[in-house]
Amino acid sequence: MITVNAMGDVCPIPVIKTRKAIGELGGSGQIEVLVDNETAVRNVTKMAESSGAEVAAEKLGEGKYRVNITVGAGTEDGAGPEEGKGQITEDKGCECGADTTDHGHTVVVVPSDKMGDGDDELGRILMKSFLFAVTQLDELPEKMVFYNGGAKLTVEDSPALGDLKSLEEQGVEIMTCGTCLDFYGIKDKLAVGTVTNMYSIVETMQQAGRVIRP
Amino acid sequence: MIQTLDFFTPVVDDPYLFGQIAAANALSDVYAMGGVPKLALNIVCFPNCLDVEILGEILRGGADKVKEAGAVLAGGHSVQDDEPKYGLSVTGLVHPDRVYKNSGCRPGDILILTKQIGSGVVNTAVKAQMASEEAALESARVMASLNRKAGEAAAAHTIHACTDVTGFGLLGHCAEMAKAGDVTLDISVRDIAYMKDAMDHARMGLVPAGAYRNREFVQPDLDDGNVEEVYLDLLCDPQTSGGLLFSVPESEAAELLDDLRAQKIETDVSVIGRVLEKQEKLIRLR
Repeated sequence: MITVNAMGDVCPIPVIKTRKAIGELGGSGQIEVLVDNETAVRNVTKMAESSGAEVAAEKLGEGKYRVNITVGAGTEDGAGPEEGKGQITEDKGCECGADTTDHGHTVVVVPSDKMGDGDDELGRILMKSFLFAVTQLDELPEKMVFYNGGAKLTVEDSPALGDLKSLEEQGVEIMTCGTCLDFYGIKDKLAVGTVTNMYSIVETMQQAGRVIRP
Repeated sequence: MIQTLDFFTPVVDDPYLFGQIAAANALSDVYAMGGVPKLALNIVCFPNCLDVEILGEILRGGADKVKEAGAVLAGGHSVQDDEPKYGLSVTGLVHPDRVYKNSGCRPGDILILTKQIGSGVVNTAVKAQMASEEAALESARVMASLNRKAGEAAAAHTIHACTDVTGFGLLGHCAEMAKAGDVTLDISVRDIAYMKDAMDHARMGLVPAGAYRNREFVQPDLDDGNVEEVYLDLLCDPQTSGGLLFSVPESEAAELLDDLRAQKIETDVSVIGRVLEKQEKLIRLR
């Protein structure tokens, strides 16, 4: 069972979250969506029904509704809904620890070693200060992707190396575009995180709940 | 003389486009009354933390639409506010005998709508990043399109009633028209022009909250003819800068359609139904 907490979210966020959860399910199973307004109840119901799922909504109290979605019950693959349900519940039981469904992954993409357009020196100072500020967030991003000029930030002598290493130690995955490191001739100087490619970058952005770009 | 005022918060990210849409929407009120816009004043709210170039783009979009409408932009007023807002106050002229009201529908009239509907749903899909570029462009183009040509085409014909379709959705505005004219509007949902992908997005639940409020509002006056749910969502979808809805005598409907075509109107015109003697409900769908 996946629980999608869309309390406080306005249209179309609950629909997006539910759609993502159905995608994560990757087959049959149960999803419960918690929302706080009737528009969201109706839209989530429509969305789930249009994907062929069975839906039942209930009002839990003032400003609190639950939409129960059963994906794949009685669908073509012939797997009994009971069996499907059991498996998925167990699978998802493990993933709940990662606490991903509630918030969606945040991904920070860094396309330059400078923040904003204007004076380059100021841009570099701002970027260093931005990356330090990321370390101070209550909820750290899941991944950080560095490409083009951003690749200069994850190598030796980078002014932000200390902050990035500290983020990596706290579980933030740091990825730098390999093509970019090659282009600037600094691949052998990479000092934090791993090398990545365009497919992973696109996939990471696509799967992100939120993308932050300084 | 007609005096109108309308302004709202951004519905698209592009400031120039937003300016065009807000201005087209404000000017539309004059066309819906059968008038010609003559003078416009800007109404602007803008936060001081945003780049002033953005404001310049919004105003440029508005000015271009006012110019396209053949009116003069004579200044305006701005205040600082947390969220940007833009619109116009428009002065127009109309012959007193040619003022369109929403109350003149007569049984036997044909209902003609001059823009395709679905902008609320498509804009919601854009927000959800689920809209195709094509659908987003169509919605933007339709919202920014002036009702000038529709108004000019109508000028040569008998118009029993007219309204512009905006926030209350097509059905909300139909209900007002039916009530004011003491008639029932018979609407054929499959004949209405819809924006690209609007139907798919509505089925997916990308329906703005306003559509449900509009639905609740018209429900008591509606015989929904058991049409598929998605039509109700689209017919109640709040429109930004929507088209004009004309109620015209059947004998002149074909000519008006010809004239609309002759004006090379850039939006999809559709004949959506007809006016009946008053029945139990104000609107009948089929």
